[in-house]
Amino acid sequence: SKITSEPIKLMAVDSGHGGNARDWDGRWNHVQKFLERPGPFTHPDFEPSTESLHFLLETCKILVIGAGGLGCELLKNLALTGFRQIHVIDMDTIDVSNLNRQFLFRSKDVGRPKADVAADFINRRIPGCNVVPYFKKIQDFDESFYRQFHIIVCGLDSIIARRWMNGMLMSLLIYEDGVLDPSSIIPLIDGGTEGFKGNARVILPGMTACIDCTLELYPPQINFPMCTIASMPRLPEHCIEYVRVLQWPKEKPFGDVPLDGDNPEHIKWVFQKSQERASEFNITGVTYRLTQGVVKRIIPAVASTNAVIAAACATEVFKIASSAYVPLNNYLVFNDVDGLYTYTFEAERKENCTACSQVPQDLKFAPSATLQDILEYLTENASLQMKSPAITATIDGKNRTLYLQTVASIEERTRPNLCKTLKELGLTDGQELAVADVTTPQTMLFKLHFTS
Amino acid sequence: IDAQLWGDHGQEALENAHVCLINATATGTEILKNLVLPGIGAFTIVDGHKVTGEDNRAQAATELLQELNSDVSGNFVEESPDKLLDNDPEFFHRFSLVIGVQLIESTCLRLAGVLWNAGVPFLVCKTYGLVGYMRLAVKEHTVVESHPDNALEDLRLDQPFAELKNHIQSYDLDNMDKKDHSHTPWIIVVAKYLEKWYNEHNYQLPKNYKEKEAFRQLIREGILKNENGVAEDEENFEEAIKNVNTALNPTKIPSTVQDILNAEGWKNITAQTPAFWVMARAVKEFVENEGEGKLPVRGTIPDMIADSEKFINLQNVYREKAMQDASVVSKHVESLLQSVGKVCVYKSKKKCKNAAFLRVVRCRSLADECSVELVNKDEITSCMDNPDSEMVLYLMLRSVDRFFQQHSRYPGVYNYQVEEDIGKLKLCVNSLLQEYGLNVNVKDDYIHEFCRYGANAIKMITHQFVPFNNTFIYNAMSQTSATFQL
Repeated sequence: SKITSEPIKLMAVDSGHGGNARDWDGRWNHVQKFLERPGPFTHPDFEPSTESLHFLLETCKILVIGAGGLGCELLKNLALTGFRQIHVIDMDTIDVSNLNRQFLFRSKDVGRPKADVAADFINRRIPGCNVVPYFKKIQDFDESFYRQFHIIVCGLDSIIARRWMNGMLMSLLIYEDGVLDPSSIIPLIDGGTEGFKGNARVILPGMTACIDCTLELYPPQINFPMCTIASMPRLPEHCIEYVRVLQWPKEKPFGDVPLDGDNPEHIKWVFQKSQERASEFNITGVTYRLTQGVVKRIIPAVASTNAVIAAACATEVFKIASSAYVPLNNYLVFNDVDGLYTYTFEAERKENCTACSQVPQDLKFAPSATLQDILEYLTENASLQMKSPAITATIDGKNRTLYLQTVASIEERTRPNLCKTLKELGLTDGQELAVADVTTPQTMLFKLHFTS
Repeated sequence: IDAQLWGDHGQEALENAHVCLINATATGTEILKNLVLPGIGAFTIVDGHKVTGEDNRAQAATELLQELNSDVSGNFVEESPDKLLDNDPEFFHRFSLVIGVQLIESTCLRLAGVLWNAGVPFLVCKTYGLVGYMRLAVKEHTVVESHPDNALEDLRLDQPFAELKNHIQSYDLDNMDKKDHSHTPWIIVVAKYLEKWYNEHNYQLPKNYKEKEAFRQLIREGILKNENGVAEDEENFEEAIKNVNTALNPTKIPSTVQDILNAEGWKNITAQTPAFWVMARAVKEFVENEGEGKLPVRGTIPDMIADSEKFINLQNVYREKAMQDASVVSKHVESLLQSVGKVCVYKSKKKCKNAAFLRVVRCRSLADECSVELVNKDEITSCMDNPDSEMVLYLMLRSVDRFFQQHSRYPGVYNYQVEEDIGKLKLCVNSLLQEYGLNVNVKDDYIHEFCRYGANAIKMITHQFVPFNNTFIYNAMSQTSATFQL
């Protein structure tokens, strides 16, 4: 059934959108007012036009990354605003615990891919909308895929994935004689939530602060130190981690299978063992719910925070697609633990940002330093925070892998290199090292400078 | 899992709530969606509007919302709020909260009056173009467990209770082996060095930056050294040094709680006194007697470097004291209730631990906000010192209401009206400012912008019911917001 949008009956006399039989009278009335009327707060480049609606409805291509808490809200908002060419990527399937906020899913959908079900729901509910789903990882696509979109919106729950996406858009930028070609810029709108807090930001790759420019804004992930887990637990969480990290791999209670947070038998086992461990140390507070939360690394989520952040993001998509208003510049923080609080500021670009500054990154080490030293620097340095870097270099004209963690056989073969000094490995002053890592789709180049 | 955020009490309260939504617009249904998903007990939609064709908007919305959570009970009334106010105003008394969306001013004020007298919280929501508006009107909203984000710990280091004193005394830092020394909780470390400090400083706490720095140095010197005189790696001592700033804050009752304990209106407990105020009175009696001027001990300590035994033992000292204090408060509650002839099976223990987090929010009535005598002139004029403050959006919304009153429509609905309506809206703005004696300047840009919107809304933010006090404005153009007390 068709729904009138306001208590006051509005007739759609003004510029019916014509042409499309799916659009009943007045369907896009509300949007048209923003696109076709001049105003005092519009973007300086804005020109009222009846063409803009057509662009919005038929041409503008949006990519939504994530079809979870934020993703469902984003898809709904974008589809209702009028965007029709929407693509969505999500690598997960639906879990029963998603149903209390990911409202495009019902209990009959449990087990199915989120992207597929979300697209189905939106396409059926909003006539004319054409959401295309991909049950894949973002890393499964290359530049040719991403290049087709006008705007990309992220509703991710992982910093690594964000950085990868960030890096991908940087790699699409075209510089001619050092000048950035604006047509190669794809705006990235990034939303994130955690409980009652959230943020939304607008990133214009190559122009404004990117994800890596502001890496310190992301809170450190909570990982308990091993000595606490192994010998000095104090909190119920420590006991659960002990069972998860040490006891499970040792005792293999269900055979040689990884611990599955969604398997109640697994959780029950972890819960019982955690209780035993806790009673050894007189620690109280181990519950089934806490056990599941720790094993699945669950961060409590609230429907309304996702709604707020997704709304802010969708508003920005609309602003950028229509030039109707000046986009957010460039970071919004939201918190509704106590009252309602928002804070908007302009995050600054980092001069030597590893992702967007184009400044060659330097590595300064003594020739007597070891490869291990370089590895530690790459993972522990606050601006790099790599996860498992793979290092290659051209030595004596040949491309050699110095160390790579992600393939077991290569890891074993290159492990002895870690203790060797840079001199022993045949590296020279001024040499380039190529580093690959999950945090970036492109290999990063470093210049090695020997210190005395 | 999400109940972890608001706890079992919160979830229970949510499940017992019955919310009424007036007008199932995009904004209204969005709000309700965010209440239905986490599991509100029941909702009722009041809406007299028809969806094109035969369906009623209230019914259609109710059915779709029901799908989201089968545990929620959904109802609808195909009636305009004005009709209900005419025929059966007491209809609204049954709700825990009424949310009014896109109400015209006259209906809004009528409803506000009824709800204020019935003590039912009223949340008014409007979306207009890229502007969002929320107004909460409730005489008194009490919060027992406010879950503040970064509350300071309640460690009592400046006034240790007897059991804590004894426990601290059981440690002899100067004669411990290295392992024990490095795994002593920082709270003990600070307490021990505080004793040293007291001896040399006439029993005065380190007060200013200079003294705190000297105190930190005192602790630093206590770090064990190896045979070459180099300081060992003692993380617990580093923690102690880092926490000096906050650990030595004098224990005192937060002013928000003081206000609650001293509230005039509830000095005399009767059989009708709400539970919150009985609790507040009981806490007050505790503070004046057993507590010796202090609140019940909270009982939690942050995690810190320590071996399991030392940490658990210290934690238990605080926990047991907290339970003791909570029992005493419970007894006060019981005797207060007995004195007015009530017997209560009361979950007071858990609530006592959070005495420092008791909050009361009192919002002014809409009637007061709109009255010429009581309008908050100061708030409005001082905010308008910045002519682009979100306050101008509030004034525009009020002016638009006035426009509707005069012309029975909103400004700029049709393209041909926009030009003329700018002038008409400006007249409304001026008459509003004049009526309330507001000497502020509303830029023409905003008048133009509001005519541009033509009363349509691009769907925006929706919020869970949060006790902000009392007006919230969201500006999607700049992605900024502000809260005003009007």
